[in-house]
Parts: sequence; C-alpha cells; structure tokens
Amino acid sequence: MKPPILEMRSITKEFPGVIALDDVNLTVKTGDIHAICGENGAGKSTLMKVLSGVYPHGSYDGDIVFEDQVVEFKDIRQSEAAGIVIIHQELALIPELSIAENIFLGNENAAGGIISWDRTNRQAIDLLARVGLAENPLTPVKHLGVGKQQLVEIAKALSKDVKLLILDEPTAALNDDDSQHLLGLLKGLQAKGITSIMISHKLNEIEQIADEITILRDGRTIETLAVAEDKVDQDRIIRGMVGRDLEHRFPEHEPEIGDVLLEVRNWTVMHPLDGSRAVIKDANLAVHRGEIVGIAGLMGAGRTELARSIFGRSYGSRIDGQLILDGKELHLKSVHAAIDAGIAYLTEDRKALGLNLLDDIKRSVTSAGIDKLRKGMTVDQREEVVVAERYRSSMNIKTPSVNEGVAKLSGGNQQKVVLSKWMYTDPQVLILDEPTRGIDVGAKYEIYGVIQRLAKQGRGIIVISSELPELLGLCDRIYTLAEGRITGELDRAQADQETLMRHMTTTHGQEVGR
Amino acid sequence: MSTASTMKGLLRGNVRQYGMVIALVTIVVLFQIWTDGVLLKPLNVTNLLTQNAAILILAIGMVMVIIARHIDLSVGSVAAFVGAVAAIMMTKWDMPWPIAVILCLLLGAAIGAWHGFWVAYVGIPAFIVTLASMLLFRGLTLVVLDGATVGNLPGGFESMGNGFLPEVGPDTGLANLTLVIAFLLAAFLVFLEFRKRSSALRYNFEVLPLPLFYAKLIVIVAAIFGFSYVLAQYRGLPVVGLILFVLIGIYSFVMERTVVGRHIYAIGGNVDAATMSGVRTRRVDFLVMTNMGLLAALAGMVTAARLTAANPKAGTNFELDAIAAAFIGGAAVTGGVGTVVGAIIGGFVMGVLNNGMSLRGISIDWQQVVKGLVLLAAVAFDVWNKKRTSVGGGAGSEDASATAPPPDDLVEEIQQAEVPGTEEVRT
Repeated sequence: MKPPILEMRSITKEFPGVIALDDVNLTVKTGDIHAICGENGAGKSTLMKVLSGVYPHGSYDGDIVFEDQVVEFKDIRQSEAAGIVIIHQELALIPELSIAENIFLGNENAAGGIISWDRTNRQAIDLLARVGLAENPLTPVKHLGVGKQQLVEIAKALSKDVKLLILDEPTAALNDDDSQHLLGLLKGLQAKGITSIMISHKLNEIEQIADEITILRDGRTIETLAVAEDKVDQDRIIRGMVGRDLEHRFPEHEPEIGDVLLEVRNWTVMHPLDGSRAVIKDANLAVHRGEIVGIAGLMGAGRTELARSIFGRSYGSRIDGQLILDGKELHLKSVHAAIDAGIAYLTEDRKALGLNLLDDIKRSVTSAGIDKLRKGMTVDQREEVVVAERYRSSMNIKTPSVNEGVAKLSGGNQQKVVLSKWMYTDPQVLILDEPTRGIDVGAKYEIYGVIQRLAKQGRGIIVISSELPELLGLCDRIYTLAEGRITGELDRAQADQETLMRHMTTTHGQEVGR
Repeated sequence: MSTASTMKGLLRGNVRQYGMVIALVTIVVLFQIWTDGVLLKPLNVTNLLTQNAAILILAIGMVMVIIARHIDLSVGSVAAFVGAVAAIMMTKWDMPWPIAVILCLLLGAAIGAWHGFWVAYVGIPAFIVTLASMLLFRGLTLVVLDGATVGNLPGGFESMGNGFLPEVGPDTGLANLTLVIAFLLAAFLVFLEFRKRSSALRYNFEVLPLPLFYAKLIVIVAAIFGFSYVLAQYRGLPVVGLILFVLIGIYSFVMERTVVGRHIYAIGGNVDAATMSGVRTRRVDFLVMTNMGLLAALAGMVTAARLTAANPKAGTNFELDAIAAAFIGGAAVTGGVGTVVGAIIGGFVMGVLNNGMSLRGISIDWQQVVKGLVLLAAVAFDVWNKKRTSVGGGAGSEDASATAPPPDDLVEEIQQAEVPGTEEVRT
C-alpha cells in the first residue's frame, strides 16, 4: 500500500448562490497517476483551483494535507513552492518569448536581478531532454505547435521541482500522435517518482494510463476506482459520471414534426487562425419543422463552433459544405444575411455576446430585428415600446418597466430578453446555445415552455447543452459531437445518458453502433 | 419630505447629466465675478461662440467616434489641411467660394473614409491610423501652403467664420432675427419636452415630478432667451453659431432617433453582441470615421474664415480640445456612452475656462495646467460616481415582485400586436 501524497478532506466551496464543491474528498497515492472524471460543471476545475491556491485558504472549508502536513496556500506561488504545479487547459505561455525564457518565467536564474543566460539555457536544454523535446531553447514559443507547447509547460513544471503535477485536459487540443507522446511522458515521469493528477474527458486515455480514478458529479465525490483491481472500463466510468435521475421537470410536450427545414451537408470548418486544423469535420445534420434537435458534446467538441459557422460564418475559415433551408441552398456571408434568411443563434455567453449591458430592455429586445421598426431613417419608438411590452407579458420578464437597464435583471430574465430578441426576428430555425446556463430552476422551466411553443409554431429548434438530462427531457432527437465529428444520432426513445456519454467520448472517428 | 426624497433620488440617478450643467454654470458665475462682469458682455459672449465654434463642431464628431470606441487624433491636422486647400482653391484657382466649400467638405469626407478604411476593414486601431494622419496632414498643409499664410479670402467665405445674421425689421437696437430664432427654438424645445413627457407617461416610464419638470423648462427657456438677448445686444447670432446649432440638432436626432445612431451605441456598448445581432459593425465604424472627416473639414474652413487666412499652424491641438470636450461631457473611454449635447457642454466648459482665464490675464502655461486638471477631475468624478451608484444596484438586485402593469392606453395595442413567437398554439 503506497502512502498518500495528497489528501483533500471535506472540501466545500461556495460561490454566491451556488455550491460548487460539497464535502469533496480526494486521496492521491504517491507515485500514482490519478484521473478525475466528471461532466462539465461537476467541479473538477474548481477542486484543482482550491488545491493550487487560486482560491486561497479561507475561501473554502475543509483541509488539504500534502506530504503529511496540513497546508494553507494563499496563492499559486505558495503551492508551487510546496511542489504542486498545475498546467491549465489554456496554455499560459508567452508566444513572443523563447522556450528558455518561458520555462524560467517568474523563476529566473538571476543574481541581483541580472539574469544568467548561460545557466538558463543550459538548464533549459536539460529540461527539454527530460520531456523529449528536441528544440533549440532560444526558439520563440509561437513557432511551436500546440503539442510541443504542452511539453514546454511540463518542462516549466519540472524546473520548479514538481512533486505533484496537475494537468487539466492536457490532450484536448492535441492530435493522436502528440497525445500518445504526452501520455508516454507522464508514464516516464511516474517512473521517476512524480505523482500526477489528470483531468480528462477522453476516457480511453484515462483507462490506458490512470492508476486510480475519482469521479465527481454535481460537486460531490461519487467514488474512487482502482483501475487494475476493479477492472474499470469506459462504461463503468460513464455510469459513475451520469448516474442520476432526471431531476428537472419538463412541460408536457407532444411534438408535431413536419418536413425537413434545415439541412447541413458535409460541413467542414477550419480553425480561424490555423487553416489546416479542422474544427468541424464533415458534419451532416437535419432539423424538421416543429422539431427540437439536441446537440450533445463535451467541452471542446466543437458545438459552439458548429453553430456559429452555420450562423453566417461567424466562426471559422475555409468553410465547406452545403446549408439548405426549406429546400433552397443558402450562401450566407454575414450574420446579417443569416438573420434575413431566417436563422437565429442565441449565444452561449449571455453577457459577452448576447447583450449590450449598457442598454435598456426595450432596445435590447429590438436590437436584432430593428429593421422592422424602421420608419424612413428613424426608429419607431412607440412601436418599440409596444413590441417590448408584448414580450414582457408573453415571456413573463420580471421588471418594473421595459425602460430599465438589462444589467439590473437576473440571469433568467436576461435570458428571456435575449430569447425575445431572437423571436422578434421571426426565425425559421433557432439555434440555442446553452439556453439555461446559470439560471434558476423556475426560469428554466419557463424557458423550456417557450422553446416548446416555438417548435409548435413550426419552427426548427437546435439546442446545444452540456446538461444531458436537459437534452433528454427537451429534445425529439439528439446528435452527439466529439472532436468535431457527428458520432451518433439518437431518437428520444433510444437515448439515455449512458448511451449519449459513450457517443460523446468516442474518439478517432470510430463509430459506435446505433 | 417625499418630494425632497424623490429629488434626492433623481439627482443621484442623473448626477452626471446635471453635474455637467451645474459645473458649466458654476464656472460661468465664478468668472463673471472674477472678470467684473466682462465675461458676459455681449461682445465677449459673441467671441466665446465664434472662437470655440470649430472645437465644438469637432466635438460633435468626436463624441460619436468615442461612443463607437475609437478616437481621432488627426482632426486638427485635417482641419488645417482642408482650410489650406480651400484657401488655395479660392485665391490661386479663382474658384467661386460655395463650390470650394462643397469640394472641401467632400475632401474631408474622403479623408475620413481613408481612416475608416484602415480602421474598419483592415483592423488597425484608430489611434494609430489617425496618429499617422496627424503627421501626414500637418506635413501636407505645409506643402500646400508652401509654409506661408494665404489670405485675401472672398468675403462670402469669411462670413462663415465671422459674419452675422442679417438685420431685419424695425430698428430696436437689438438684432431682431436672432430674437425671432430664439423664440422659435425655445417654443420647439418646450414642445419636444412636453411630447417626450407625455409619451413617457403613456408608457409608464419614470418622469420628473411636475414642479421639477416646469423648473427644467423655465431654465431651458431662460437660458435661450438670456443667451440670445446678450447676443442680440451686439450684432446677433454669428453665422457660425447658426451652423453649430443646426449641426447639434441634426446629430442629436441621428444619435437618438435613427437606426444608425442605435448601431453606433450598440457597437460601442458591446461590439461582439452587436456583431452577433446582425449589426454590420465595419460599415458603422467606417461611417463614423468618415463623418469625423467631414466635420473636421467644416471646422477647418470655419477656422480659416474666422482668421481670414489659412495658416500652417491652424488647428494645432484642436484634437485634444475636442477629445477633452467629449470626455468632460460624459463620454466613456470604453465606448457606448455619451451624448452630442454633453460634448457641446464639455466644449463650453473648456471654452469658458480659456476665455475667462485670458480675461483675468492668466498666462497660457497656467491655463494649460488648469485645463488638464479639469479634464482629470471630470473623468475621475465620472469613475467615482459610477462606482458609488453601482454599489447595491448591480445585477440580480432587482425586486422580482416589482412588476408594474403595462401602460394603460397601450394595453389593447400590446395585446393585439402581432409579434413573432408569441402566437398562441393549438394544443
């Protein structure tokens, strides 16, 4: 029995109105590779932020015991000094600086403020050899691919005498070869006595590399599995991740599904900055009139990218494929054209992309369909009030007046304003990206009702959501997306959380039987 | 008691709006006392208007540029360049002055479009683009004028800068036309205020309590009559004043009532949200920069007309005064906030400070110091005020039960409005 290097006991972390972590326990044995699994929002990243001092001691309840000592980190510097280094999903390298400069950033080889470049570069060469990266340490990081940048991050961690290395989705942006190289490296580091915690959605990789797996769900620890002894496979992990009942109630809904309304054929989208990297690969999907179609996928699967590329090419480059609305092929070049064609897209990020927080409710409601209020050059402000009031009552937006600023509204009411904005453009197809994120249960129920009503009116609805129960409760049909590919299509009757999760974690284009 | 508390609440909500006016009035009163009444003498008030007209014209365009989250550093140089070209056209090429004016306005718009092209379609920050133009057009001004001042401009052109409205009617010792215009303007503004109030009431929006509303009307009317009476005692409203007030009217209307104005505020408030709502953001950026060029051209010609000559140093620091006017007038550095009238008031604050300190014999160096501090104080006040009012008033603090009924005489219209998505569906 290996002794534990880390014990997190009864960690509870609250944000205003939300309990992110509820009595979470995590024990990591010395020399292990320990995986943490869970759905989006299960609390994985929050737990790691507590561990690394991003959320300082005092902002959470519970104890952290590292190498048999209770530790109270105030910031990342203190946790790094103790030997805990976290590598985030978004790399924290500075593109213009060299590999060596990045490795020693904040930890410079300096005497009296003057850097010894000799020592810096010599040590950088050693570290690069340890991670198996054959590059000149003077090369600027921007010239490296993502896979190599990941290795530079690990070299940086090694330079800090790391004892416990935490990797948050290390292979999310890597191709297969780079992923395998990275996993091999972790194994190599393990042989040299470095303990790792790895957060990943790629269950095949976890199965391949992890010694133990802790599963989080809704901010709670569900179980810890020993991979070898418990004979853990991917299905077992999935069961742990989703094992819960449908906890949301949904309004009664009898779908009336009509003809095909929107068809997307052979849709391929390249990354906007890297024209050789496909973000969406050969996707095919269809939406019928009156149908609510779900898109399920883990973070980074390309859900938002798919939606935005359809919505007037507001994401991506070198988009290839056909978009057919009501039997006519569309060639949309702008968001404006997409709106005119009858497509609406409710953005995932309400505050950054959905609303002008300086504006009032009536102007927010009419902002996308303002052309309808045109009277010559001017805006018909009387009609604007009428329209806004109509939505206020029909959507039950709780506000004293449509003249109030949207910044003052709660999340649920803000979302109703954004929904009204898109309804006013009278779209045939509505794409709703995380329509209930961050809003309370009551408002969720109301929004589900609105979505169903819109479908009843003969519109086609696409719902993108991280919450599988929401998709299962709301949608008539669900597509799963993994690594930019459509990996499955399930009818309401066939779909359950475990099947969805299996399709969502399918990688390398391997098809799962329907 | 309750009136007092409403007053307090209203003042708190509109500190910025009223603050500017109060600051301007305070400065005017202070300098009126310090200069032993010279500040508000008819001649001086007329000067105040003609001397600052160019800056105020620029401030109108600048506040729009700033609302759209850009900046234009080139307006001084562009004004000088266009003024120089106008002078050459009229004196060397013997072009009739109205044609020269029109061509030069087009030239200004073209320069603005040049900026707009780089800012909107190439994506270079306006700061850089217009910094380049600041150098470029200052240099071209020297080239066009050959480093010398060009005078002998046609009289018609010069009246744009220092002419007055013609005398009409009986000899009253006052400029009659000016008083007539003032009366019409006051009546029009009062009419607008009443209309705004009645529609706000119809929509159940919050309005000023009636006594305050009348007080506001009286202040507006008194200000207009006072101002015009003083002007009328000298030679009446300067032509440039008429140009300025017409511009204020047009651009306020554009910003408040038109779709374009709506879009300018939208891209300044959140450019990403505007893009995702179908606003053609590049076109709006382009338009705003082009318009600034147009107004810079007008300001340049007004300046040349007032000085009766185009000179290579004209327009120096105009951009800074115009930017300061916009910020003192309540525009936000991050965009999305500001008004044309605010920028004009901000411009007058700067103008009165200049004029008043000059009358007091305070030297240019100390004038600069004071103006710098005033700009900083105005923006600091803005930031402080925003922080103060946001405490306890942020997101989610709404009172969920505070749902007022819809406006009474709109109820039927609202119920019958055919608005997509709200149709009842058969079940």
